[in-house]
Amino acid sequence: MAELTFRDAVAAGIAQEMERDERVVFLGEDVAAAGGVFKTTVGLLERFGPKRVRDCPISEQAIIGAAMGAAMTGLRPIAEIMFSDFLAVCWDMVANEIAKTRYMTNGQIALPLVIRTANGAGSRFGAQHSQAVENWAMAIPGLKVVAPSTPADVKGLLAAAVRDPDPVIFFEQKSLYSIKGEVPDGEHVEELGKAKVLRNGKDCTVVALAAMVPRSLEAAETLEKEHGISCTVIDVRSLVPLDTQTILSEVSRTGRLVTVEENPRLCGWGAEIASIVADECFWDLDGPIIRITTPHIPLPSADALEDHVIPSAARIVREIRERID
Amino acid sequence: MDTKVKGKRAAAAAGDVGRETQLELYRLQLELRYCEKRAYDLFLQNLIKGTSHLSLGQEAIAAAFGVAMRPDDWTFCTYRGHAHTLARGASMTGVLGELMGRECGLLGGKGGSMHLTDVEKGAMGSYAIIGAHLPVATGAAWSAQYRGTEQVAVCFFGDGTTNIGAFHEALNFAAVWKLPVIFVCENNLYMEYTPISSVTAVEHPAADRASAYNLEKVVVDGNDADAVYLTAQKYMARARKGDGPALIEAMTYRHSGHSRADPGQYRPKGELEAWLKRDPIVIYRDRLLKLGVAEPTLADIEGEAMRKVEEATAAAKASPAPSVVDVEKNVWADGGSAWRN
Repeated sequence: MAELTFRDAVAAGIAQEMERDERVVFLGEDVAAAGGVFKTTVGLLERFGPKRVRDCPISEQAIIGAAMGAAMTGLRPIAEIMFSDFLAVCWDMVANEIAKTRYMTNGQIALPLVIRTANGAGSRFGAQHSQAVENWAMAIPGLKVVAPSTPADVKGLLAAAVRDPDPVIFFEQKSLYSIKGEVPDGEHVEELGKAKVLRNGKDCTVVALAAMVPRSLEAAETLEKEHGISCTVIDVRSLVPLDTQTILSEVSRTGRLVTVEENPRLCGWGAEIASIVADECFWDLDGPIIRITTPHIPLPSADALEDHVIPSAARIVREIRERID
Repeated sequence: MDTKVKGKRAAAAAGDVGRETQLELYRLQLELRYCEKRAYDLFLQNLIKGTSHLSLGQEAIAAAFGVAMRPDDWTFCTYRGHAHTLARGASMTGVLGELMGRECGLLGGKGGSMHLTDVEKGAMGSYAIIGAHLPVATGAAWSAQYRGTEQVAVCFFGDGTTNIGAFHEALNFAAVWKLPVIFVCENNLYMEYTPISSVTAVEHPAADRASAYNLEKVVVDGNDADAVYLTAQKYMARARKGDGPALIEAMTYRHSGHSRADPGQYRPKGELEAWLKRDPIVIYRDRLLKLGVAEPTLADIEGEAMRKVEEATAAAKASPAPSVVDVEKNVWADGGSAWRN
């Protein structure tokens, strides 16, 4: 085991896959010579050369379109979209082309590609550089959607995404880039579509993703120590495919569901999980489902305002206490 | 509007093309014409639903590239893509079957008229969002360059596409990376219902912008299959050698409206008639006769093409509707559509 930052684990995951498979190529804006604006791809150009690690113009449609064309003709590209907000600039490529092409061609065209992108709040960048948009991708049939919360998972799930035969949108929560964690030595590959139970409790099940995972764990500690409420915490890790079995079984056992989402309120991924739980284990519930989200507003920039609207550990504690006690 | 093509015109000396190739070009243009007319008839009989965008009058471009391309080259086309897909050798029964929503369709009824694809023949998809396939073709060309296969990607689009952002992004990207992709603008003078000249700042919407990408200005008579063939050969050979992309503007005219819903009434009086005199198939037949090809030889080709369309029509009509059992298949590589366990 080595201790890596989340950002170094990104580079380690890409490098592991490029080393293994010559078809893996990597493209994006400022990703090669500059090593990425978040320094997530430092050293890749030096190690794999300019033929495989390529700087692109500010042309999101061309970047994602090129990844698609390369994927359908035998390569396994990883494309970076610098901020997930910019997915809107190339959403035609993502939602209309990449997601639908295998189905529309009745399986003739395969698109094994990964779109990596820096997602979410915490950097005080304002409404157009801070959104959590994993729910956009989740709404489109034909896309796999992954969002890790630890350095080990970023490496292992990124490797799994590269090896997956279908298009994967890979969300890296940008406030996690500086966190450190143990990453297994040698080849490390996780499985897509498996949630992870990080903590076992008996009073409620907290389901979280990406940056909301460490906050939920912190909240669970406080709830246990200070208020005698014991929580299971699940890191969803992958929204598509979704590990509903793990979620349903924990909710059935604890009798309560709390989702903690960075998405604005309407149509966040927690709403889908709430719907599945209401449908399939309603009689095991001891009380209403609780959704903790960002309010349905564009994100503000000032630190005091941003911190106020994104779910914090303190807010998770408060909401669970008020509604479960 | 003047039907005369201005700008640089590729020399179309008949001798450069070769008799056998010319007969192949004639055969292919006829097949595309007859099949497209059949598609129109099947609409009127309500056997084809939805919409459809016909290439009537524009066949010379698809045919010329179809003959000039290597079997392992890639075609990317638009929703007006029946001709380009057929020109790569896709099954006519498969095309008509897809238009009619039958099991025998190229896509099993999941794609329809606007998404015809036959990967085995190098027809890498028809794209129904304007501009989307220019970046995709660029990516395929990148793959060819990366793997050193000397394959070329050919990307067909209309004049209207030159005004969308993806056009600019793809052209610049392909030029900077020197990718083997040929961008072919079929300028049929109208973006949907609007004259392209009334919404575009330059006379030649593609060719006049070539200099922005450090590319040569190329305008070709798109109704002259020989001229298009020679142009295609020249720029594909360059691309294969590693000399990068080309942007070709082929001047043409669609005989029908934009789509099924459009009778084309916005066209000034006499314009269609003038262009019908420059019908690529009429031009080509006259040329072949003048070159000494015997009338019965041409009649045989025409009869054979019609027979092919009749057989394809009968086979497509005989095919059942796709089974609803398959409707949720092929979202993922495992053949299914499961999003949860």
